[in-house]
Amino acid sequence: MTPSEFAHATDQRTPPRQVATFMLDQLYFGVEVLKVQEVIRYQELTRIPLAPPVVEGLINLRGQIVTAIELRRRLGLADRKDGALPMNVVVRTSDGVVSLLVDEIGDVVEVAEAQFEQAPDTLAGPTRDLVRGVYKLKDRLLLLLDEERAAVVDGSDAGERAH
Amino acid sequence: MSESDDLIREFLIESHEGLDRLDQDLVELEKDPRNRETLGSVFRAIHTIKGTCGFLGFTKLEGVSHVGESLLSRLRDGDMVLDADITTGLLGMVDAIREILAAIESTGAEGDADYTAVIQRLQELNEQKGQAARTVAAPAAPPVAAPAVVEVPSAAAPAAPAPPPPAPVAEAVVAHAEDAEPVTTDDRKGAVSDSSLRVDVGLVDKLMNLVGELVLARNQILQFTTTQNDASFVNATQRLNLVTSELQEGVMKTRMQPIGNVWSKFPRVVRDLASMCGKQVRIEMEGKETDLDRTIIEAIKDPLTHIIRNSVDHGIESPADRIARGKRAEGTIRLRAFHEGGQINIEISDDGAGIAAEKVRQRALQRGLVTTDQSQRLSDHDVIKLIFLPGFSTAEKITNVSGRGVGMDVVKTNIEKIGGTVDIQSVAGSGTTLKIKIPLTLAIIPALMVSSGGERFAIPQVSLLELVRLEGMQASSGIERIGKALFYRLRGNLLPLVHLHSALRLDPVNTTDDAVNIVVLKADQRQFGLVVETVHDTEEIVVKPLGKQLKGLTAFAGATIMGDGRVALILDVLGLGQMAQVVSETRSSGNAAAASSEAAASTSEDTRTLLVFQASERDRMALPLSLVARLEEFPRSLLEQSGDRTVVQYRGEILPLVSLARYFHRPEAQVDPLQVIVFSFHDQHVGLIVERIVDIVQQVVVVDQRHRRRGIIGSTVLQQQVTDLLDADAVIADAGLFEAAVA
Repeated sequence: MTPSEFAHATDQRTPPRQVATFMLDQLYFGVEVLKVQEVIRYQELTRIPLAPPVVEGLINLRGQIVTAIELRRRLGLADRKDGALPMNVVVRTSDGVVSLLVDEIGDVVEVAEAQFEQAPDTLAGPTRDLVRGVYKLKDRLLLLLDEERAAVVDGSDAGERAH
Repeated sequence: MSESDDLIREFLIESHEGLDRLDQDLVELEKDPRNRETLGSVFRAIHTIKGTCGFLGFTKLEGVSHVGESLLSRLRDGDMVLDADITTGLLGMVDAIREILAAIESTGAEGDADYTAVIQRLQELNEQKGQAARTVAAPAAPPVAAPAVVEVPSAAAPAAPAPPPPAPVAEAVVAHAEDAEPVTTDDRKGAVSDSSLRVDVGLVDKLMNLVGELVLARNQILQFTTTQNDASFVNATQRLNLVTSELQEGVMKTRMQPIGNVWSKFPRVVRDLASMCGKQVRIEMEGKETDLDRTIIEAIKDPLTHIIRNSVDHGIESPADRIARGKRAEGTIRLRAFHEGGQINIEISDDGAGIAAEKVRQRALQRGLVTTDQSQRLSDHDVIKLIFLPGFSTAEKITNVSGRGVGMDVVKTNIEKIGGTVDIQSVAGSGTTLKIKIPLTLAIIPALMVSSGGERFAIPQVSLLELVRLEGMQASSGIERIGKALFYRLRGNLLPLVHLHSALRLDPVNTTDDAVNIVVLKADQRQFGLVVETVHDTEEIVVKPLGKQLKGLTAFAGATIMGDGRVALILDVLGLGQMAQVVSETRSSGNAAAASSEAAASTSEDTRTLLVFQASERDRMALPLSLVARLEEFPRSLLEQSGDRTVVQYRGEILPLVSLARYFHRPEAQVDPLQVIVFSFHDQHVGLIVERIVDIVQQVVVVDQRHRRRGIIGSTVLQQQVTDLLDADAVIADAGLFEAAVA
C-alpha cells in the first residue's frame, strides 16, 4: 500500500491538470489522465468463478488479459440496470493494468488547483475511501478517483500476504 | 563515437558468451585433457577476445589474454598436457578477463585492478611445463601452428601502457580474418553460433502482442469466409490461416530458452567449490533442453546456484568419509528438469550425507524457531522443511561458502516470488533431493478444452490421464455414493469424482446429452475424476498470469485467449483437487493461506481422507482411503474354503478374506451380502470383511496412541465419535496370508 499512499499524499498537494471523466450512477468521477491507458466500449467478459463479486471478469485487450472491476460494486452503489452495457476505463496501477467498468464516458477536463478540496466529511462509505478529493467545477462536483485503491479487491490482500 | 560504443557493446556480449562456454570447456578438459576439439574451442575463444581487445585498445585485457593464449596454443599443439594446476591458472585468467569486462561495461575503462599476479602465474606455468615437457620448439619461440602475425605485435603489448600502434591493428584484423576461415570449415559449433542472432526482448514482446492481434483478425476473416463463395478469396484466407499459425508459433518460441543456459555455469561452480572443500564431486544433468520463459530463467539462476553450493559444501562428504560409508569417493549431484502438470519441475539431488531430522529438530529448538511441543508433533519430512525458515543453519562449522544462516529461506522466497514451490526430501546417510516447481507464466502448453456451467476451461494436458464417457444405463448406475462423496469404479479402483460446476459454484447447464463425461486427472500422485458437461478439442494455449486481484484463487493456474478472442481460465488441477478435497496434500503453506479460508482450513498439513466403517457392531474404525483398492459386496453363497481360509473367486483370481470381527474377537454379524474392503498387498489382493461401510471423511487427524494395540494404530475423533485407526498391514500379516511375499 505504500506506493499508493505516497501517490495519494503527493497528489493532494499538486493535483493533476487533466482529468478523464465518467459517470457512475449520477456521480461525476474523474481519473488523472496520465493514469488512463485507454477507454474502450463494452467488451465481452469471461466470468471468473469463486472470484470476489467486485471482479466482473477478464477481458482480452489485444492479447493482454486484463481484470475488469465493476466500479459500481466497488463503490457500494446499486447494480447497473439489466441490458445497460458498461464502458471500460483501462488504467495503469502499481499492480498492473486494470479495467474499471463505468456507465458513461465523459470528456477530458482541465482543472485548476484552486478548485480542489478534500472529500467533504459528509461523503461516507466506500466512496470516501476511494476518492482523493473533489473539484468544484462551475456547474457540478467532480470526484477524483484513487485508481490505486479502486484496483484493490478483497482477496488480493490475502494473495499479497502469502507471497 | 557512438560507432565505437556499439563496437564495444558487441565485443562485450560476444566475450561473455565465449567465457561462459570457456568455463564449461575447461572443466570438461580436465577430465579429457587431450580432446583436441575442446582445446581448439577454448583457444579460439581466448584468441578472439585478445584479437578484438587489441583492436579496441584495451591493453590490460590484452595482456592477460595474451599469456593465456600462449599457454593454450601450446596445449593445443600437444607441447604440454593440461593438468589441475594449469586448469586453475586458466580459470583464474577467465575470472580476470570477466572482471575487466565488467569494469569496461560499467565505466567504459578497464579499471585499476592489478593483474600482474595472474599473468605471472600463467607465465610460470608456461615455462615450467615447457621445461618439463619434451619440447620440440624452444619455449620462448612462437608456437608453430599459432597465427604468428598476431603473436608478434601483441607479444610486445602486455607491459606497454600506450595503446597499440595503428600498424599492428591492421595486422591483427587481417590475422583474425584469416583465422576465421578454418573456424567455419572445421568446427560445426562455430557455424551454429553464426546462425543465431541477438534480439531485444522488448521487441519480441511487442511482436508477440502483434501476432496475438493478427490471430484475432485472422479468426474474424475465417468466420467471414464461411459466408463467401469466391474460390480465390477462400484460398487466400486458407493461406493466411496457415501462415498466421506458423508465425504465432515461431514468435512464441523466441521467448523460450533451454534451462541448459543456466546450468552451463554449474560445472565450474561445482569444480571450484569441490576443490576448495577437498571433495570430489561430479555433476550430471538431465533435461537441459527443457524450455523456460526467459524471465523465469533469470529468476531461478541465483536460487539454483545457492542450492548447488549447499549440496557441495554440506551435502557431499569428504572422499574418506564416503569410502568409510561404502560409497564411491566421488559424490554426484544430479540436476533434472522436465515439464509436468503445467509446471516446470527442477530437481537437484545429491548422494551425500543427507539431513538428519533429529539434528534439525534440535537446532530449530535451540534457535527458538519451534516449541518443544511443535517439534515433537512434526513428521520427519516436515522437520526437514524447517531449514527453509529464516535464520536456520545446520552447518557444523561456518565456512566461507555457506552456513551463515541465510540461504535456504532466501531460496524459498525467491522461488515463491515467481509463483513456484520448493520441497525437500532427505534420507540421512544417503542424500537430499530438492524439488522445485515453477509455473509456466508464459509458455505454450497443450491443453484439453472443456465446458462446465456454460464456461470454457483449459486443463493442462500433462495432468490428464484419460477421458471416460458413461452413456445410458452406465451414466445413472456407474456413479456410486459413499456419504456425500461420489465415486466411479475405474477398472475396479475407486476414483473420487468432482463436478466441475459445483466445485466452482456455477449453475449446471442442462444438456440434451445425458451422458457423463469424466476427465481423469492426476495431481500429486493422486487421481480424481472431473465431471464436465462437454469435452472439446485439445489446443496449444499460451499461459498468461492472472492479475493480482485473483491471486487468491487456487483453482486457476492462469488464463489464455482462445481462437475466437475470448478469454478462458486454465484450471490448476492440484489446487482444484485440494479445494474439492480429493487431494489432501498441500503444496506450500503460502499457497494454502492464499486459498479461501474454508479451503485453507480443510487442506492444512495433516488433513487425511479416511474410510470409516463398522468392523463389528461395537467397533467403529477408519483407515486411509489411499490404501483401499476397491469396495466390494459378495453374497455369502460365493464363499469357499481353501484349507482353513475363507476365499472368494474374484476377477479370475482367488481373493483371500479376513474377517475383522473375528480378528478382534467380536461376534460376526450375519449380513448378506458381505461388505468387503479390498487391498492391494505386495501385488496381491486381500479382502477385509467388515460389517458396514459408514462414510468417507476428510479432516485433520490427531492420533491418540493410548489405545494402541495389535491391529490398531491409535484412535481419533471423527464426526464426533471415537474411531479406531486400523493397522491393515498388521491385520493382514497376522492372518498369515503372505508370509512368502513379506519375507
